[in-house]
Amino acid sequence: MAGHTPSVDSKKLWGGGISPFNIGYGKIMMWFFLVSDAFSFSALLISYGFMRHRFEEVWPVAENVFTHFPFLHGDHPLLYVALMTFILIMSSVTMVLAVEAGHRMNKKGVTIWMALTIVGGLIFVGSQAWEWYHFIHGTELGAIQLADGTIAQWISDAKNAFVLPSGIEVSGAEAAAMIKEGTEVYGANLTVNEYGLPAFGDFFFFITGFHGTHVFSGVVLNFIIFVNVLKGTYEKRGHYEMVEKVGLYWHFVDLVWVFVFTFFYLI
Amino acid sequence: MSDFDRTAEYASHHSEEDGKAMRKTIWVIFWVLLGITAVEVSLGLTWKDLGLAWTFVKWTFIILTLFKAYYIVAYYMHLKHEYKNFIYMVSIPYIVLVAYLIVMLLVEAIFVHDTAQIL
Repeated sequence: MAGHTPSVDSKKLWGGGISPFNIGYGKIMMWFFLVSDAFSFSALLISYGFMRHRFEEVWPVAENVFTHFPFLHGDHPLLYVALMTFILIMSSVTMVLAVEAGHRMNKKGVTIWMALTIVGGLIFVGSQAWEWYHFIHGTELGAIQLADGTIAQWISDAKNAFVLPSGIEVSGAEAAAMIKEGTEVYGANLTVNEYGLPAFGDFFFFITGFHGTHVFSGVVLNFIIFVNVLKGTYEKRGHYEMVEKVGLYWHFVDLVWVFVFTFFYLI
Repeated sequence: MSDFDRTAEYASHHSEEDGKAMRKTIWVIFWVLLGITAVEVSLGLTWKDLGLAWTFVKWTFIILTLFKAYYIVAYYMHLKHEYKNFIYMVSIPYIVLVAYLIVMLLVEAIFVHDTAQIL
């Protein structure tokens, strides 16, 4: 961005007399941390891709799993997660506006934009909790887990016929015998998943959980910095670089969500 | 090394004028990100009705996502305006290793998938 004019106290330069890349120590270390964290998330998403290709035919379609929207009945695929994405993008904007206000030493601006960022983060974490609740709770109808572990979906409320993941429908006496051997399952946890393969649930809990943990710790960090802004710590220090550092972390959280949204919900 | 201070920080300041231009860029990027997301969601909701091929839709999603990622990293995380060597240091190791991991795992996944069908 234009007007980036760094100045640093010569007593604070790194050993060797200059600061590498004209960036402060803390900011460089934040970048290194984010690169390593990006590796963790990439590994998770790529292993998700592995399972997705391995079980291509029977992998549950996220669109059929996450269809709830608060206070609305019926099927609303993608809408809720689109709203969550919007909230996170919005909080990214308020964060970068806080950083910009910091460059102008505008304490009031930093305060307002940081507060809005924290609110956005909390709404996002809350939305994720709501989504988890519905995924764990499952549908009213549930599904049937057959003796060999396959999850089959009921064809109707009567629960006397079901459709296998391969698309084959089973009904009549054959279905009755298989139903007797199987167990009814509702919702998803780490061992069973009414929507299909348990691995889908495992990846969902692990990836969105890992991301949610990042959002939550981001909110905590933002809050700590926000308190310092209110106390005037950075006003006294003469610059708001701490806001930039937590800003980097916060944008990274948004960046990860962009990928989770695409690979988990869209594809 | 005696006066080495780990808390060395940079005081980046800019004027009101520069601030105005920067805020404009921030909002332009916001609309770009929102626009791409809107396209993705509406494509996700309608591609079956439009009769589009899944491969095409999938690659559209991936390319749009990479655009979004670029705008967030380059502008919001300010990487575009850091020193060139710093940009290389952050991005090249990441891109090389992740590209390698993607190729390895997806090739293996397709292999395991195809062999499991035979067995």
